[in-house]
Amino acid sequence: MTKFEYAPAPESSAIVDIKSSYGLFVDGTFVDPVDGTSFKSVNPATEEVLADVAEAGAADVNRAVAAARTAYENTWSTMSGRDRGKYLFRIARLIQERSRELAVLESIDNGKPIRESRDVDVPLVASFFFYYAGWADKLQYAGAGPAPRPYGVAAQVIPWNFPLLMLSWKIAPALAAGNTVVLKPAETTPLTALLFAEICQQADLPPGVVNIITGAGDTGRMLVEHDDVDKVAFTGSTDVGKAIARSVAGTSKKATLELGGKAANVVFEDAALDQAVEGVVNGIFFNQGHVCCAGSRLLVQESVYDEVLDRLKRRVGTLRLGDPLDKNTDVGAINSAEQLARIRELSDVGETEGAERWSPACELPDRGYWFPPTLFTGVSQAHRIAREEIFGPVLSVLTFRTPAEAVEKANNTPYGLSAGVWTEKGSRILWMSQQLRAGVVWANTFNKFDPASPFGGYKESGYGREGGRHGLLSYLNTEEK
Amino acid sequence: MAPRLGKVTVLSALDDAHLADVTTSEASLRRFLHGLPGVDEVGAEARAAGLSTRSIKTTAKQFAIDLAISMIDLTTLEGQDTPGKVRALCAKALRPDPTDRDVPRVAAVCVYPDLVGVAAEALAGSGVKVASVATGFPSGRTSLAVKEADTREAVAAGADEVDMVIDRGAFLAGHYRQVFDEIATVKQAAGAAHLKVILETGELATYDNVRRASWLAMLAGADFVKTSTGKVSPAATLPVTLVMLEAVRDFRDASGRQVGVKPAGGIRTSKDAIKYLVVVNETAGEDWLDPDWFRIGASSLLNDLLMQRQKLATGRYAGPDYFTLD
Repeated sequence: MTKFEYAPAPESSAIVDIKSSYGLFVDGTFVDPVDGTSFKSVNPATEEVLADVAEAGAADVNRAVAAARTAYENTWSTMSGRDRGKYLFRIARLIQERSRELAVLESIDNGKPIRESRDVDVPLVASFFFYYAGWADKLQYAGAGPAPRPYGVAAQVIPWNFPLLMLSWKIAPALAAGNTVVLKPAETTPLTALLFAEICQQADLPPGVVNIITGAGDTGRMLVEHDDVDKVAFTGSTDVGKAIARSVAGTSKKATLELGGKAANVVFEDAALDQAVEGVVNGIFFNQGHVCCAGSRLLVQESVYDEVLDRLKRRVGTLRLGDPLDKNTDVGAINSAEQLARIRELSDVGETEGAERWSPACELPDRGYWFPPTLFTGVSQAHRIAREEIFGPVLSVLTFRTPAEAVEKANNTPYGLSAGVWTEKGSRILWMSQQLRAGVVWANTFNKFDPASPFGGYKESGYGREGGRHGLLSYLNTEEK
Repeated sequence: MAPRLGKVTVLSALDDAHLADVTTSEASLRRFLHGLPGVDEVGAEARAAGLSTRSIKTTAKQFAIDLAISMIDLTTLEGQDTPGKVRALCAKALRPDPTDRDVPRVAAVCVYPDLVGVAAEALAGSGVKVASVATGFPSGRTSLAVKEADTREAVAAGADEVDMVIDRGAFLAGHYRQVFDEIATVKQAAGAAHLKVILETGELATYDNVRRASWLAMLAGADFVKTSTGKVSPAATLPVTLVMLEAVRDFRDASGRQVGVKPAGGIRTSKDAIKYLVVVNETAGEDWLDPDWFRIGASSLLNDLLMQRQKLATGRYAGPDYFTLD
């Protein structure tokens, strides 16, 4: 060796025992679906089939909701908050104990780098359970009146980009507040939710408190439209979110929707440029850009445009794309063939509409779903790549001249989930955060999450908040009995 | 995708003529240094922490360990140093592991000026350089005349490299021109000897200061910028070294001149040393992965590298008694 080339450093997959087929987790046990249909979960980095997973039909949804209802009436709503907290603490500790197993399985099923599942996803999952475990016996101090009540059965549908993390954002506050849940993970990433079901068994969680049913869009629709569901929580695309909003309209169901985004990352001329570039890279290439709050629009002040672009391209050139299980991989696989097709389509549109496309020299593996880190320059507000959520490692670069123009452009989107501001000027940070219509505004950082901090959107990015005390209130009924 | 760092133009406003203009007056120097982009403390530390999770195994580890050995400035800077101690250290520098002749030699031996002669004699003709601290090391609190004389004596006694300290008091008081002049004067006094400028980052305290001091030293003619004397805590840290590597990278883009970086003090384990090499690789790039452009000031690090090297070759750890003390 004459150069410092990092040798492969794969995390062993031997720690995970992937079964050839999985049933539905209903009433504390794994059961076969009534009509016996199944679908396959695929490793997006290799296209290898990982397991057959049961597809829940109407009868299965009925069964799961009924189990959740029974557990709610007989066990969970009558249990003291302190005892519910004990179960949640136990689950949190088991997640920590089995963190390596969860991280490896998450990377295999989702395609995200092990560095992220190990250092970001799974530690956050545990921290969300720990955080809400602490709330379970303190609900009367949550600001929801002296005796807040749970809603009952929560129907929860989560996406494929952060399978376990989204599960924890949904299940932990719901259970802490005293609700029982039926959760449907995404059809391309069901495996860690099913491993979580095993953790519920290991924690001796009373049967029916957590039910996990797998399936595609139809299963999700039947679940959220089920008559015996009291609360709906959904994270996913804006189109599906709108359909859910229509279906709960006129019912007594409560809903929280966390939908798409097209966040602006605004870099001012006085920013700490090296760290700003780092934040821009993290904002869009973290998790292959499969992040609803990804900083997919970079707004750079024109006076530092060349310098920022040079630094950005140099930095993107050092990203290591490849085997998600290699500990030195920065960018993993695109989650599915369908998503890859969408990223390709929108990128091609970007070129057709006249934006300039750039990617570093980068070899993509032969098998699996891959897309290189990509920048588009010369993008204007009118381009589709500046307006539509690509949900991939594709950054659109725009410029601005004044702070007011930055705000105008950042807000000129149907979405409003997050935004980033990069400046060394404290007063400008405060001013910007008041002007930006986004649920989260990060200053001199990006994509940072904490269980104590609420998260959610403006406009087409949805409504309701998850995380923190606000996230707890989404699962507490404050109306008079 | 292999990490590849293309040459890009940063600080594009700075051509050579402009760089010369910068140093014409106290005011222009101050304007320039204060106009450098700031360093976000949280971001810089997060980046360094992120890079330190790189997993360097098997062939990459072998390569990194040998590279790290070849980059060591094997150092003794104690009041109790004697000719005997220095000769022993030189013997270690020439043959780090007496049982294995494939082990590379270290880059240099670093001593106080009065022991330069001893080291020069012991290392003569070996290719291992003699480095001498100078200019009133470690505090630098002497007159410029004394600093100049200190430097000349070290070079006359055979020092190939001079590790000078800056006047941190003058820097913190904002007397940048004074610091600049001192470095330029010492550079002249050092003649052909390579000049490493010790910023003592533990006393500069902020990353903004580290970046400014790095640029100041480079503008004044430093061949290397070095973190610390080893006498102040904290000595070298990964984020400080990251910021200095960004500075030498940007300086080369602006001026065309490459300047080396030397973290010193507190790097004791192979694991630490490899983290530094990763930061070099992914910040300044492979051009700096060479003893001519990156050094590690250390003493106990060498034996840990030897121990890890042997472990990789044999699969077993030998006890500390199997490695020579000095």
